Amino acid sequence: MRIERFLSQSAQRFPDKTALIAGPVRLSYAQFDAQATALAAALQGLGVKRNDRVLVFMDNIAEAALAIFAVLKAGATFSPINSSTKADKLAYVIGNCRPVAILAQRKVAPVAVEAIAGNGMALLVTGTPEWEAAVATTTPIVPHGGIDVDLGMLIYTSGSTGRPKGVMMTHRNIDAASDSITTYIENTVDDIILNVAPLAFDYGLYQLLMAVRMGATLVLEKSFAFPAAIFETMRREKVTGFPLVPTMAAMLLQMRDTSTLDVRSLRYITNTAAALPEEHIQRLRALFPQATLYSMYGLTECKRCTYLPPAELDRRAGSVGIAIPNTEAYVADDDGEPVAHGVIGELVIRGPHVMQGYWENPAATAERLRPGRNAWEKVLFTGDLFYADSEGFLYFVGRKDDIIKTRGEKVAPKEVEAVLYALPGIAEAVVVGVPDPVLGQAVKAIVVATDPAVTEIDVIRHCAKRLEDFMVPRAIEFRTSLPKTDTGKVSRRLAAQSLELT
Amino acid sequence: MTIATEIRSFIVENFLFGDTSYELADETSLIEADLIDSTGILELVSHVEATYGIAIKDAEIVPDNFDSIARIASFIAGRGVSQAA
Repeated sequence: MRIERFLSQSAQRFPDKTALIAGPVRLSYAQFDAQATALAAALQGLGVKRNDRVLVFMDNIAEAALAIFAVLKAGATFSPINSSTKADKLAYVIGNCRPVAILAQRKVAPVAVEAIAGNGMALLVTGTPEWEAAVATTTPIVPHGGIDVDLGMLIYTSGSTGRPKGVMMTHRNIDAASDSITTYIENTVDDIILNVAPLAFDYGLYQLLMAVRMGATLVLEKSFAFPAAIFETMRREKVTGFPLVPTMAAMLLQMRDTSTLDVRSLRYITNTAAALPEEHIQRLRALFPQATLYSMYGLTECKRCTYLPPAELDRRAGSVGIAIPNTEAYVADDDGEPVAHGVIGELVIRGPHVMQGYWENPAATAERLRPGRNAWEKVLFTGDLFYADSEGFLYFVGRKDDIIKTRGEKVAPKEVEAVLYALPGIAEAVVVGVPDPVLGQAVKAIVVATDPAVTEIDVIRHCAKRLEDFMVPRAIEFRTSLPKTDTGKVSRRLAAQSLELT
Repeated sequence: MTIATEIRSFIVENFLFGDTSYELADETSLIEADLIDSTGILELVSHVEATYGIAIKDAEIVPDNFDSIARIASFIAGRGVSQAA
Protein backbone atom coordinates (compact mmCIF):
# COMPACT_ATOMS: atom_id res chain seq x y z
CA MET A 1 0.00 0.00 0.00
CA ARG A 2 1.17 3.53 -0.72
CA ILE A 3 1.69 5.61 2.39
CA GLU A 4 -0.51 8.56 1.41
CA ARG A 5 -3.42 6.12 1.68
CA PHE A 6 -2.80 6.02 5.46
CA LEU A 7 -4.03 9.61 5.45
CA SER A 8 -6.89 9.37 2.96
CA GLN A 9 -8.24 6.24 4.69
CA SER A 10 -8.10 7.78 8.16
CA ALA A 11 -9.75 10.93 6.79
CA GLN A 12 -12.58 8.80 5.42
CA ARG A 13 -13.03 6.84 8.62
CA PHE A 14 -12.50 9.63 11.16
CA PRO A 15 -12.97 12.99 9.40
CA ASP A 16 -13.63 14.98 12.57
CA LYS A 17 -11.09 13.28 14.83
CA THR A 18 -8.02 15.30 15.82
CA ALA A 19 -5.07 14.08 13.79
CA LEU A 20 -2.37 16.54 14.74
CA ILE A 21 -1.67 18.99 17.55
CA ALA A 22 1.40 21.20 17.07
CA GLY A 23 1.62 24.25 19.33
CA PRO A 24 -1.51 26.34 18.62
CA VAL A 25 -2.40 24.28 15.50
CA ARG A 26 -5.01 21.51 15.76
CA LEU A 27 -5.96 19.67 12.57
CA SER A 28 -8.75 17.12 12.14
CA TYR A 29 -8.13 14.25 9.74
CA ALA A 30 -10.41 15.94 7.17
CA GLN A 31 -8.41 19.19 7.43
CA PHE A 32 -5.05 17.42 7.38
CA ASP A 33 -6.02 15.44 4.28
CA ALA A 34 -7.53 18.43 2.47
CA GLN A 35 -4.50 20.66 3.10
CA ALA A 36 -2.03 17.94 2.11
CA THR A 37 -4.04 17.34 -1.08
CA ALA A 38 -4.02 21.06 -1.89
CA LEU A 39 -0.28 21.30 -1.25
CA ALA A 40 0.29 18.22 -3.44
CA ALA A 41 -1.57 19.85 -6.32
CA ALA A 42 0.51 23.01 -5.80
CA LEU A 43 3.71 20.92 -5.90
CA GLN A 44 2.61 19.40 -9.19
CA GLY A 45 2.01 22.95 -10.39
CA LEU A 46 5.64 23.72 -9.48
CA GLY A 47 6.76 20.86 -11.71
CA VAL A 48 7.01 18.00 -9.18
CA LYS A 49 6.41 14.66 -10.92
CA ARG A 50 6.36 11.00 -9.96
CA ASN A 51 9.63 9.81 -8.35
CA ASP A 52 11.08 13.33 -8.12
CA ARG A 53 12.79 14.14 -4.84
CA VAL A 54 11.48 16.93 -2.60
CA LEU A 55 13.31 18.05 0.56
CA VAL A 56 11.33 18.88 3.69
CA PHE A 57 13.60 21.22 5.68
CA MET A 58 11.70 21.98 8.88
CA ASP A 59 11.61 21.17 12.55
CA ASN A 60 8.59 19.66 14.30
CA ILE A 61 5.82 21.93 13.04
CA ALA A 62 2.44 21.09 11.52
CA GLU A 63 3.63 22.19 8.07
CA ALA A 64 6.27 19.44 8.11
CA ALA A 65 3.56 16.78 8.53
CA LEU A 66 1.53 18.36 5.73
CA ALA A 67 4.59 18.58 3.49
CA ILE A 68 5.51 14.91 3.94
CA PHE A 69 2.06 13.67 2.93
CA ALA A 70 1.76 16.26 0.15
CA VAL A 71 4.99 15.05 -1.47
CA LEU A 72 3.70 11.47 -1.40
CA LYS A 73 0.30 12.50 -2.77
CA ALA A 74 2.12 14.20 -5.65
CA GLY A 75 3.79 10.86 -6.41
CA ALA A 76 7.23 12.08 -5.37
CA THR A 77 9.81 10.98 -2.78
CA PHE A 78 10.32 13.09 0.35
CA SER A 79 13.59 13.57 2.15
CA PRO A 80 13.32 15.05 5.66
CA ILE A 81 16.28 17.28 6.54
CA ASN A 82 17.19 18.21 10.12
CA SER A 83 16.44 21.92 10.59
CA SER A 84 19.86 22.57 12.14
CA THR A 85 21.61 21.44 8.94
CA LYS A 86 24.00 24.10 7.62
CA ALA A 87 24.25 25.28 4.01
CA ASP A 88 27.38 23.25 3.08
CA LYS A 89 25.83 19.95 3.99
CA LEU A 90 22.45 20.86 2.52
CA ALA A 91 24.24 21.72 -0.72
CA TYR A 92 25.84 18.26 -0.63
CA VAL A 93 22.41 16.61 -0.23
CA ILE A 94 21.01 18.75 -3.06
CA GLY A 95 23.89 17.73 -5.30
CA ASN A 96 23.42 14.11 -4.32
CA CYS A 97 19.68 13.61 -4.87
CA ARG A 98 18.90 16.61 -7.18
CA PRO A 99 15.54 17.59 -5.70
CA VAL A 100 12.98 19.40 -7.83
CA ALA A 101 11.69 21.39 -4.87
CA ILE A 102 12.52 22.29 -1.28
CA LEU A 103 9.82 22.95 1.29
CA ALA A 104 11.45 25.03 4.02
CA GLN A 105 10.45 26.50 7.35
CA ARG A 106 10.72 30.26 7.31
CA LYS A 107 13.51 30.53 9.88
CA VAL A 108 15.83 28.26 7.88
CA ALA A 109 14.87 29.57 4.43
CA PRO A 110 18.11 31.64 4.19
CA VAL A 111 20.12 28.43 4.64
CA ALA A 112 18.13 26.83 1.81
CA VAL A 113 18.68 29.84 -0.44
CA GLU A 114 22.43 29.70 0.22
CA ALA A 115 22.56 25.95 -0.44
CA ILE A 116 20.52 26.17 -3.66
CA ALA A 117 23.00 28.79 -4.89
CA GLY A 118 21.06 29.70 -7.99
CA ASN A 119 20.50 26.11 -9.16
CA GLY A 120 17.07 25.69 -10.68
CA MET A 121 14.63 24.30 -8.16
CA ALA A 122 11.44 25.48 -6.50
CA LEU A 123 11.61 26.81 -2.94
CA LEU A 124 8.35 27.07 -1.01
CA VAL A 125 8.63 28.68 2.43
CA THR A 126 6.15 28.32 5.30
CA GLY A 127 4.35 31.43 6.51
CA THR A 128 4.64 33.22 3.16
CA PRO A 129 1.68 34.20 0.92
CA GLU A 130 2.93 31.57 -1.55
CA TRP A 131 2.64 28.88 1.12
CA GLU A 132 -0.85 30.03 2.15
CA ALA A 133 -1.92 29.92 -1.50
CA ALA A 134 -0.39 26.46 -1.94
CA VAL A 135 -2.32 24.90 0.96
CA ALA A 136 -5.53 26.44 -0.43
CA THR A 137 -5.01 25.20 -4.01
CA THR A 138 -8.31 24.08 -5.52
CA THR A 139 -7.07 22.37 -8.69
CA PRO A 140 -7.17 18.59 -8.28
CA ILE A 141 -4.11 16.35 -8.11
CA VAL A 142 -3.09 14.94 -11.48
CA PRO A 143 -3.01 11.12 -11.23
CA HIS A 144 0.67 10.18 -11.07
CA GLY A 145 0.44 6.42 -11.61
CA GLY A 146 2.75 5.61 -8.71
CA ILE A 147 2.78 2.15 -7.10
CA ASP A 148 3.98 0.95 -3.73
CA VAL A 149 7.42 -0.18 -4.83
CA ASP A 150 8.24 3.41 -5.79
CA LEU A 151 10.52 5.25 -3.38
CA GLY A 152 8.54 6.90 -0.61
CA MET A 153 11.46 8.48 1.18
CA LEU A 154 15.14 9.09 1.24
CA ILE A 155 16.56 9.54 4.74
CA TYR A 156 20.11 10.80 4.99
CA THR A 157 22.21 9.13 7.64
CA SER A 158 25.81 9.65 8.75
CA GLY A 159 28.30 7.39 7.07
CA SER A 160 31.69 6.40 8.39
CA THR A 161 33.28 8.02 5.32
CA GLY A 162 32.01 11.36 6.60
CA ARG A 163 29.51 11.91 3.78
CA PRO A 164 25.82 11.36 4.47
CA LYS A 165 24.12 8.54 2.58
CA GLY A 166 20.49 8.53 1.44
CA VAL A 167 18.65 5.44 2.71
CA MET A 168 16.08 4.44 0.06
CA MET A 169 12.75 3.22 1.37
CA THR A 170 9.82 2.22 -0.80
CA HIS A 171 6.23 2.74 0.27
CA ARG A 172 6.08 -1.01 0.79
CA ASN A 173 9.10 -0.89 3.15
CA ILE A 174 7.42 1.82 5.23
CA ASP A 175 4.11 -0.02 5.22
CA ALA A 176 5.81 -3.20 6.48
CA ALA A 177 7.78 -1.43 9.21
CA SER A 178 4.83 0.59 10.49
CA ASP A 179 2.57 -2.50 10.43
CA SER A 180 5.09 -4.48 12.46
CA ILE A 181 5.71 -1.78 15.06
CA THR A 182 2.08 -0.82 15.60
CA THR A 183 1.33 -4.54 16.05
CA TYR A 184 3.74 -5.14 18.93
CA ILE A 185 3.04 -1.80 20.59
CA GLU A 186 -0.67 -2.65 20.21
CA ASN A 187 -1.47 0.84 18.93
CA THR A 188 -5.13 1.67 18.47
CA VAL A 189 -7.22 4.52 17.10
CA ASP A 190 -7.49 5.79 20.68
CA ASP A 191 -3.77 6.39 21.11
CA ILE A 192 -2.53 9.94 21.61
CA ILE A 193 1.21 10.00 21.01
CA LEU A 194 3.50 12.81 22.12
CA ASN A 195 6.57 13.09 19.93
CA VAL A 196 9.59 15.34 20.52
CA ALA A 197 12.01 13.37 18.31
CA PRO A 198 12.80 15.30 15.12
CA LEU A 199 10.71 14.33 12.09
CA ALA A 200 14.02 14.26 10.22
CA PHE A 201 15.02 11.28 12.39
CA ASP A 202 13.20 8.05 11.51
CA TYR A 203 12.09 7.50 15.12
CA GLY A 204 10.21 10.82 15.11
CA LEU A 205 9.04 10.43 11.51
CA TYR A 206 7.46 7.04 12.21
CA GLN A 207 5.46 8.50 15.10
CA LEU A 208 3.69 10.61 12.47
CA LEU A 209 3.35 7.80 9.93
CA MET A 210 2.07 5.29 12.50
CA ALA A 211 -0.36 7.73 14.14
CA VAL A 212 -1.87 8.50 10.72
CA ARG A 213 -1.95 4.81 9.81
CA MET A 214 -3.98 4.04 12.96
CA GLY A 215 -6.16 7.15 12.86
CA ALA A 216 -4.62 8.08 16.23
CA THR A 217 -3.62 11.57 17.40
CA LEU A 218 -0.08 12.96 17.26
CA VAL A 219 1.05 15.76 19.56
CA LEU A 220 4.15 17.27 17.98
CA GLU A 221 6.68 19.14 20.13
CA LYS A 222 10.02 20.44 18.95
CA SER A 223 12.11 20.32 22.09
CA PHE A 224 12.49 18.46 25.37
CA ALA A 225 14.29 21.38 27.00
CA PHE A 226 11.33 21.99 29.32
CA PRO A 227 10.14 18.57 30.56
CA ALA A 228 7.70 20.12 33.05
CA ALA A 229 5.93 21.91 30.17
CA ILE A 230 5.88 18.72 28.06
CA PHE A 231 4.27 16.82 30.92
CA GLU A 232 1.72 19.59 31.37
CA THR A 233 0.80 19.09 27.69
CA MET A 234 0.69 15.33 28.21
CA ARG A 235 -1.81 15.72 31.05
CA ARG A 236 -3.91 18.21 29.08
CA GLU A 237 -4.06 16.06 25.94
CA LYS A 238 -4.38 12.76 27.87
CA VAL A 239 -1.37 11.31 26.09
CA THR A 240 -1.13 7.49 25.95
CA GLY A 241 2.19 6.94 24.14
CA PHE A 242 5.57 8.55 24.80
CA PRO A 243 8.60 7.67 22.64
CA LEU A 244 11.89 8.34 24.45
CA VAL A 245 15.59 8.27 23.71
CA PRO A 246 18.02 7.55 26.59
CA THR A 247 19.03 11.22 26.88
CA MET A 248 15.44 12.16 27.64
CA ALA A 249 15.16 9.37 30.20
CA ALA A 250 18.36 10.58 31.88
CA MET A 251 16.91 14.09 32.08
CA LEU A 252 13.67 12.87 33.65
CA LEU A 253 15.56 10.77 36.17
CA GLN A 254 17.62 13.81 37.18
CA MET A 255 14.53 15.76 38.18
CA ARG A 256 14.18 16.44 41.88
CA ASP A 257 10.41 16.80 42.01
CA THR A 258 8.86 13.88 40.16
CA SER A 259 5.29 14.90 40.98
CA THR A 260 5.38 17.00 37.80
CA LEU A 261 5.71 13.74 35.84
CA ASP A 262 2.34 12.29 36.83
CA VAL A 263 0.39 11.33 33.69
CA ARG A 264 -2.41 8.90 34.46
CA SER A 265 -3.36 8.33 30.83
CA LEU A 266 0.10 7.07 29.81
CA ARG A 267 -0.17 3.51 28.43
CA TYR A 268 3.31 2.94 26.99
CA ILE A 269 6.83 4.33 26.74
CA THR A 270 9.27 3.28 24.03
CA ASN A 271 13.04 3.61 23.95
CA THR A 272 15.40 3.30 21.03
CA ALA A 273 18.49 4.93 19.48
CA ALA A 274 20.71 3.52 22.22
CA ALA A 275 20.23 1.09 25.06
CA LEU A 276 18.85 2.33 28.37
CA PRO A 277 21.07 1.45 31.32
CA GLU A 278 19.30 -1.25 33.37
CA GLU A 279 19.14 1.06 36.36
CA HIS A 280 17.28 3.63 34.25
CA ILE A 281 14.84 0.97 33.10
CA GLN A 282 13.97 0.10 36.70
CA ARG A 283 13.65 3.74 37.74
CA LEU A 284 11.47 4.59 34.74
CA ARG A 285 9.16 1.72 35.59
CA ALA A 286 8.90 2.96 39.17
CA LEU A 287 8.20 6.48 37.93
CA PHE A 288 5.51 5.39 35.45
CA PRO A 289 4.04 2.24 37.03
CA GLN A 290 0.95 2.20 34.79
CA ALA A 291 2.96 2.41 31.54
CA THR A 292 4.42 -0.52 29.61
CA LEU A 293 8.07 0.00 28.64
CA TYR A 294 9.37 -1.19 25.28
CA SER A 295 13.15 -1.46 24.85
CA MET A 296 13.90 -1.49 21.15
CA TYR A 297 16.81 -1.43 18.74
CA GLY A 298 17.06 -0.45 15.11
CA LEU A 299 18.86 1.51 12.44
CA THR A 300 17.61 3.75 9.66
CA GLU A 301 18.49 1.09 7.06
CA CYS A 302 15.55 -1.07 8.17
CA LYS A 303 13.85 1.26 10.63
CA ARG A 304 13.57 -1.24 13.48
CA CYS A 305 15.17 -4.63 14.16
CA THR A 306 14.16 -5.87 17.58
CA TYR A 307 12.00 -5.19 20.63
CA LEU A 308 11.91 -6.73 24.07
CA PRO A 309 8.43 -8.06 24.90
CA PRO A 310 7.62 -6.14 28.11
CA ALA A 311 6.92 -9.34 30.05
CA GLU A 312 10.64 -10.16 29.67
CA LEU A 313 11.88 -6.96 31.36
CA ASP A 314 12.23 -8.55 34.80
CA ARG A 315 14.20 -11.49 33.45
CA ARG A 316 16.53 -9.78 30.95
CA ALA A 317 16.42 -6.01 31.20
CA GLY A 318 19.76 -5.78 29.38
CA SER A 319 18.40 -7.39 26.21
CA VAL A 320 16.90 -5.56 23.23
CA GLY A 321 14.81 -8.65 22.64
CA ILE A 322 13.77 -10.51 19.56
CA ALA A 323 13.03 -9.70 15.92
CA ILE A 324 9.97 -7.52 15.39
CA PRO A 325 6.95 -9.29 13.82
CA ASN A 326 7.45 -10.60 10.26
CA THR A 327 11.21 -10.17 10.29
CA GLU A 328 14.24 -12.29 11.16
CA ALA A 329 17.28 -11.23 13.16
CA TYR A 330 20.35 -13.41 13.68
CA VAL A 331 23.97 -13.07 14.71
CA ALA A 332 26.47 -13.99 11.99
CA ASP A 333 30.22 -14.47 11.63
CA ASP A 334 32.41 -12.68 9.07
CA ASP A 335 31.22 -15.09 6.35
CA GLY A 336 27.57 -14.34 7.11
CA GLU A 337 26.99 -17.75 8.75
CA PRO A 338 24.83 -17.83 11.89
CA VAL A 339 26.85 -18.35 15.09
CA ALA A 340 25.97 -20.28 18.26
CA HIS A 341 24.34 -18.71 21.31
CA GLY A 342 26.74 -16.60 23.35
CA VAL A 343 29.10 -15.96 20.43
CA ILE A 344 29.56 -12.34 19.38
CA GLY A 345 28.98 -11.51 15.73
CA GLU A 346 27.28 -9.03 13.45
CA LEU A 347 23.51 -8.69 13.61
CA VAL A 348 21.83 -9.52 10.30
CA ILE A 349 18.26 -8.52 9.46
CA ARG A 350 15.93 -10.07 6.92
CA GLY A 351 12.49 -8.70 6.22
CA PRO A 352 10.16 -6.57 4.11
CA HIS A 353 11.32 -3.37 5.83
CA VAL A 354 14.97 -3.59 4.73
CA MET A 355 16.05 -0.63 2.59
CA GLN A 356 16.63 -0.79 -1.16
CA GLY A 357 20.17 0.56 -0.67
CA TYR A 358 21.88 3.95 -0.48
CA TRP A 359 20.96 6.49 -3.14
CA GLU A 360 23.46 6.33 -6.02
CA ASN A 361 26.06 4.70 -3.81
CA PRO A 362 26.52 1.08 -4.94
CA ALA A 363 29.78 0.63 -3.00
CA ALA A 364 28.22 1.55 0.36
CA THR A 365 25.10 -0.45 -0.52
CA ALA A 366 27.17 -3.57 -1.26
CA GLU A 367 28.75 -3.34 2.19
CA ARG A 368 25.40 -3.44 3.99
CA LEU A 369 23.19 -5.51 1.64
CA ARG A 370 24.83 -8.87 1.03
CA PRO A 371 23.72 -12.40 0.21
CA GLY A 372 22.34 -14.17 3.25
CA ARG A 373 21.39 -17.76 3.91
CA ASN A 374 19.43 -17.82 0.66
CA ALA A 375 21.60 -17.23 -2.37
CA TRP A 376 18.72 -15.50 -4.19
CA GLU A 377 18.32 -12.61 -1.79
CA LYS A 378 20.24 -9.89 -0.01
CA VAL A 379 19.95 -9.23 3.69
CA LEU A 380 21.02 -6.31 5.87
CA PHE A 381 24.35 -6.50 7.70
CA THR A 382 23.82 -3.91 10.42
CA GLY A 383 27.45 -3.24 11.34
CA ASP A 384 26.45 -3.74 14.98
CA LEU A 385 27.89 -6.49 17.16
CA PHE A 386 25.50 -8.67 19.16
CA TYR A 387 25.19 -12.01 20.88
CA ALA A 388 22.11 -14.07 21.66
CA ASP A 389 21.35 -15.88 24.94
CA SER A 390 20.27 -19.53 25.02
CA GLU A 391 16.66 -18.56 24.37
CA GLY A 392 17.52 -16.35 21.41
CA PHE A 393 17.21 -12.95 23.08
CA LEU A 394 19.65 -10.46 21.63
CA TYR A 395 22.18 -8.25 23.41
CA PHE A 396 23.94 -5.24 21.88
CA VAL A 397 27.73 -5.28 22.31
CA GLY A 398 29.08 -2.40 20.22
CA ARG A 399 29.60 -1.05 16.74
CA LYS A 400 32.00 -2.40 14.13
CA ASP A 401 32.86 1.11 12.91
CA ASP A 402 33.69 4.25 14.88
CA ILE A 403 30.36 6.08 14.53
CA ILE A 404 29.52 8.00 17.72
CA LYS A 405 26.00 7.80 19.15
CA THR A 406 25.14 11.00 20.99
CA ARG A 407 21.69 12.04 22.15
CA GLY A 408 20.42 9.14 20.06
CA GLU A 409 21.88 10.51 16.82
CA LYS A 410 24.76 9.15 14.79
CA VAL A 411 27.86 11.27 14.32
CA ALA A 412 30.62 10.31 11.90
CA PRO A 413 33.97 11.40 13.42
CA LYS A 414 35.30 12.07 9.91
CA GLU A 415 32.57 14.61 9.21
CA VAL A 416 33.52 16.59 12.33
CA GLU A 417 37.25 16.21 11.66
CA ALA A 418 36.82 17.61 8.14
CA VAL A 419 35.30 20.76 9.66
CA LEU A 420 38.10 21.01 12.25
CA TYR A 421 40.78 20.75 9.55
CA ALA A 422 39.13 23.66 7.74
CA LEU A 423 39.95 25.97 10.68
CA PRO A 424 43.22 27.83 10.11
CA GLY A 425 45.49 27.26 13.07
CA ILE A 426 44.51 23.59 13.46
CA ALA A 427 47.14 21.21 12.12
CA GLU A 428 45.69 17.89 13.21
CA ALA A 429 42.40 16.74 14.66
CA VAL A 430 40.78 13.53 15.80
CA VAL A 431 37.24 13.12 17.10
CA VAL A 432 36.12 10.46 19.55
CA GLY A 433 33.05 9.63 21.64
CA VAL A 434 33.49 9.80 25.42
CA PRO A 435 30.99 8.38 27.93
CA ASP A 436 28.44 10.94 29.14
CA PRO A 437 25.70 10.28 31.70
CA VAL A 438 23.06 12.25 29.77
CA LEU A 439 24.14 12.12 26.13
CA GLY A 440 25.26 8.49 26.13
CA GLN A 441 28.41 9.55 24.33
CA ALA A 442 29.67 13.12 24.03
CA VAL A 443 31.60 14.28 20.99
CA LYS A 444 35.15 15.24 21.95
CA ALA A 445 37.85 16.63 19.68
CA ILE A 446 41.58 16.39 20.29
CA VAL A 447 43.54 18.87 18.20
CA VAL A 448 47.05 20.09 17.54
CA ALA A 449 47.07 23.85 17.07
CA THR A 450 49.76 25.67 15.15
CA ASP A 451 48.36 29.01 16.30
CA PRO A 452 48.60 29.35 20.11
CA ALA A 453 45.88 32.02 20.04
CA VAL A 454 43.19 29.48 19.04
CA THR A 455 41.03 28.72 22.07
CA GLU A 456 38.48 26.00 22.86
CA ILE A 457 35.59 28.38 22.34
CA ASP A 458 36.97 29.47 18.94
CA VAL A 459 37.01 25.87 17.80
CA ILE A 460 33.50 25.13 19.09
CA ARG A 461 32.13 28.30 17.47
CA HIS A 462 33.72 27.35 14.16
CA CYS A 463 32.07 23.91 14.37
CA ALA A 464 28.68 25.29 15.47
CA LYS A 465 28.49 27.37 12.31
CA ARG A 466 29.10 24.38 10.06
CA LEU A 467 27.62 21.30 11.74
CA GLU A 468 24.22 20.22 12.99
CA ASP A 469 23.81 20.92 16.72
CA PHE A 470 24.32 17.35 17.87
CA MET A 471 27.62 17.03 15.95
CA VAL A 472 29.32 20.02 17.58
CA PRO A 473 32.09 18.86 19.98
CA ARG A 474 31.29 19.43 23.63
CA ALA A 475 34.95 19.68 24.55
CA ILE A 476 38.25 20.38 22.79
CA GLU A 477 41.55 19.12 24.12
CA PHE A 478 44.78 20.68 22.86
CA ARG A 479 47.86 18.51 22.51
CA THR A 480 51.29 18.86 20.96
CA SER A 481 50.84 15.66 18.93
CA LEU A 482 48.23 12.99 18.21
CA PRO A 483 48.68 9.24 18.61
CA LYS A 484 49.57 7.63 15.27
CA THR A 485 49.69 4.15 13.81
CA ASP A 486 52.96 2.62 12.58
CA THR A 487 52.18 3.99 9.13
CA GLY A 488 51.88 7.51 10.51
CA LYS A 489 48.11 7.84 10.30
CA VAL A 490 46.28 9.56 13.14
CA SER A 491 44.64 6.76 15.11
CA ARG A 492 41.16 7.32 16.48
CA ARG A 493 41.39 4.11 18.48
CA LEU A 494 44.68 5.10 20.15
CA ALA A 495 43.30 8.58 20.77
CA ALA A 496 40.27 7.12 22.54
CA GLN A 497 42.54 4.85 24.59
CA SER A 498 44.71 7.80 25.58
CA LEU A 499 41.60 9.47 27.02
CA GLU A 500 40.64 6.41 29.04
CA LEU A 501 44.09 6.40 30.63
CA THR A 502 43.87 9.95 31.90
CA MET B 1 25.53 45.16 35.39
CA THR B 2 21.82 44.43 35.09
CA ILE B 3 20.50 40.89 35.38
CA ALA B 4 19.51 40.90 31.70
CA THR B 5 23.04 41.93 30.66
CA GLU B 6 24.60 39.21 32.76
CA ILE B 7 22.22 36.53 31.40
CA ARG B 8 22.91 37.75 27.87
CA SER B 9 26.65 37.40 28.31
CA PHE B 10 26.19 33.88 29.72
CA ILE B 11 24.10 32.90 26.69
CA VAL B 12 26.49 34.48 24.19
CA GLU B 13 29.45 32.80 25.83
CA ASN B 14 27.92 29.34 26.26
CA PHE B 15 25.35 28.91 23.50
CA LEU B 16 26.69 31.24 20.81
CA PHE B 17 30.30 30.43 21.71
CA GLY B 18 31.22 34.08 21.92
CA ASP B 19 29.67 35.06 18.59
CA THR B 20 28.57 38.63 19.34
CA SER B 21 27.47 39.25 15.74
CA TYR B 22 24.27 37.24 16.37
CA GLU B 23 21.32 39.58 16.84
CA LEU B 24 19.75 38.34 20.03
CA ALA B 25 16.77 40.37 21.23
CA ASP B 26 15.72 40.22 24.89
CA GLU B 27 12.41 38.72 23.77
CA THR B 28 13.81 36.13 21.31
CA SER B 29 12.56 32.62 22.11
CA LEU B 30 15.69 30.61 22.86
CA ILE B 31 13.96 27.41 21.79
CA GLU B 32 12.57 28.80 18.52
CA ALA B 33 15.98 30.24 17.67
CA ASP B 34 17.55 26.82 18.41
CA LEU B 35 19.91 28.43 20.91
CA ILE B 36 19.36 26.00 23.76
CA ASP B 37 18.64 22.31 23.83
CA SER B 38 17.79 20.09 26.74
CA THR B 39 21.31 20.01 28.13
CA GLY B 40 21.70 23.75 27.55
CA ILE B 41 18.73 24.55 29.73
CA LEU B 42 20.24 22.56 32.59
CA GLU B 43 23.45 24.58 32.31
CA LEU B 44 21.42 27.79 32.31
CA VAL B 45 19.41 26.78 35.38
CA SER B 46 22.57 25.78 37.28
CA HIS B 47 24.13 29.10 36.35
CA VAL B 48 21.13 31.07 37.62
CA GLU B 49 21.01 29.07 40.86
CA ALA B 50 24.72 29.54 41.51
CA THR B 51 25.00 33.17 40.44
CA TYR B 52 21.88 34.49 42.15
CA GLY B 53 21.74 32.15 45.12
CA ILE B 54 18.22 30.95 44.46
CA ALA B 55 16.79 27.43 44.40
CA ILE B 56 14.72 26.59 41.33
CA LYS B 57 12.07 23.89 41.39
CA ASP B 58 11.61 21.54 38.42
CA ALA B 59 8.08 22.86 37.96
CA GLU B 60 9.51 26.37 37.48
CA ILE B 61 11.74 25.31 34.58
CA VAL B 62 9.14 26.18 31.95
CA PRO B 63 9.14 28.44 28.87
CA ASP B 64 7.31 31.21 30.78
CA ASN B 65 10.34 31.59 33.05
CA PHE B 66 13.29 30.57 30.88
CA ASP B 67 12.60 30.92 27.16
CA SER B 68 14.07 34.42 26.66
CA ILE B 69 16.51 36.80 28.29
CA ALA B 70 13.63 39.04 29.37
CA ARG B 71 11.71 36.15 30.94
CA ILE B 72 14.76 34.85 32.80
CA ALA B 73 15.57 38.34 34.10
CA SER B 74 12.02 38.86 35.27
CA PHE B 75 11.93 35.42 36.92
CA ILE B 76 15.11 36.25 38.85
CA ALA B 77 13.84 39.71 39.77
CA GLY B 78 10.65 38.06 41.04
CA ARG B 79 12.83 36.26 43.58
CA GLY B 80 13.86 39.58 45.09
CA VAL B 81 17.22 39.84 43.32
CA SER B 82 17.78 43.30 41.86
CA GLN B 83 21.33 43.21 40.47
CA ALA B 84 23.66 40.78 38.84
CA ALA B 85 26.04 39.32 41.38
